[in-house]
Amino acid sequence: MNTVTLDLGWTDWLALFGHYLSLSLMAVGAAFSTLPEMHRYLVEQQGWLTDPQFSASITIAQAAPGPNVLFVALMGWNVGMNAGGYGAALIGATITMTGMLLPSSVLVYFASSWGQRNRHRREVRAFKSGMGPVVVALLISTGWIMASAHGNPATDWALWLLTAVTTLIVWRTRIHLLWLLGAGALLGALGWV
Amino acid sequence: MNQLTSRPHSLGDLFLTLTVLALQGFGGVVAVVQHELVARKRWLTQEEFIEEWAVAQVLPGPNVVNLCLILGGRYFGWRGAVVALAGLLCVPTLVVLALALLYASYGAHPVAVGALRGMGAVAAGLILAAGLRLASALKGNPLGGLLCVALGGFSFAGVALFRLPLIVILLGPGVVACFLAYWKLGKARQ
Repeated sequence: MNTVTLDLGWTDWLALFGHYLSLSLMAVGAAFSTLPEMHRYLVEQQGWLTDPQFSASITIAQAAPGPNVLFVALMGWNVGMNAGGYGAALIGATITMTGMLLPSSVLVYFASSWGQRNRHRREVRAFKSGMGPVVVALLISTGWIMASAHGNPATDWALWLLTAVTTLIVWRTRIHLLWLLGAGALLGALGWV
Repeated sequence: MNQLTSRPHSLGDLFLTLTVLALQGFGGVVAVVQHELVARKRWLTQEEFIEEWAVAQVLPGPNVVNLCLILGGRYFGWRGAVVALAGLLCVPTLVVLALALLYASYGAHPVAVGALRGMGAVAAGLILAAGLRLASALKGNPLGGLLCVALGGFSFAGVALFRLPLIVILLGPGVVACFLAYWKLGKARQ
């Protein structure tokens, strides 16, 4: 992976922290919605990450277990690696994750406590039940979009079949999900899907 | 407390449960959260899950992180919220950093690429199944079946087929749905 060598002072770290603090409240639904802004800042404006490093941060976080937002930690980690090694990388990961999560978490905590205290009010109930069908549809859409990334059903039918079978099994049984992920990994590693 | 609902015994239980959940979440943790916390541990009913998911989805911040924070806060106050975030993020962060080191050397190996492709197909199925399970919990929704199907259908078409940005869906069908629900709840009261 091609890299850059950086010399970052504390004002740069502060700027990095500030950038993620400001992105936090713009990330509605998933942190991915702020990716274009992160790319503009880290790669184009500051030159702190190369394009391959930026893409690899996303790919690895998606391949790894855990919330997708961990790609933010990897970006900070890579900025730190460019700036001098593992110590700086740890600082970078801490800065970006804290910046990304602090403002939104404080807001969510207070908003949900308020909602819980006022859960019998008509407007709170209207919001929670009204959004029900919309958010369920969003969830199904996410699965649909992930499945569409399989490509052409005529040639990649095995992948589509694997998704369909998984959907049916999980919908209708209470099997532990790790068995299915393991089976998917095995089928993929053997080259069957 | 009846047999249908349960709750975490302690902050340690909350931390450990969410760490184990997060480590199973390939391609999105929400499917695992729905499966484990609702179907297996019964910390939430399907209906409660949808309600909290709506809040987690609409407010800024990653939706799974928000959901776990809300749950932690519900059971143990602000300490629960902090512990829930730590459980969801600490160990998975270490794993992802370790993977970043491995990826540099093995990321392009065909076996690794194939395994990831297979897991991606399974992950898509997990999320679809979580959505289908939750759809059946909309039966008791005050909007009624017909409106639920119509609003859900609009939202699905917008996001999955026309690839509209999330904000358009939240401000379009989302706001309409909230107003309709407000009206229906008022009518039910009379």
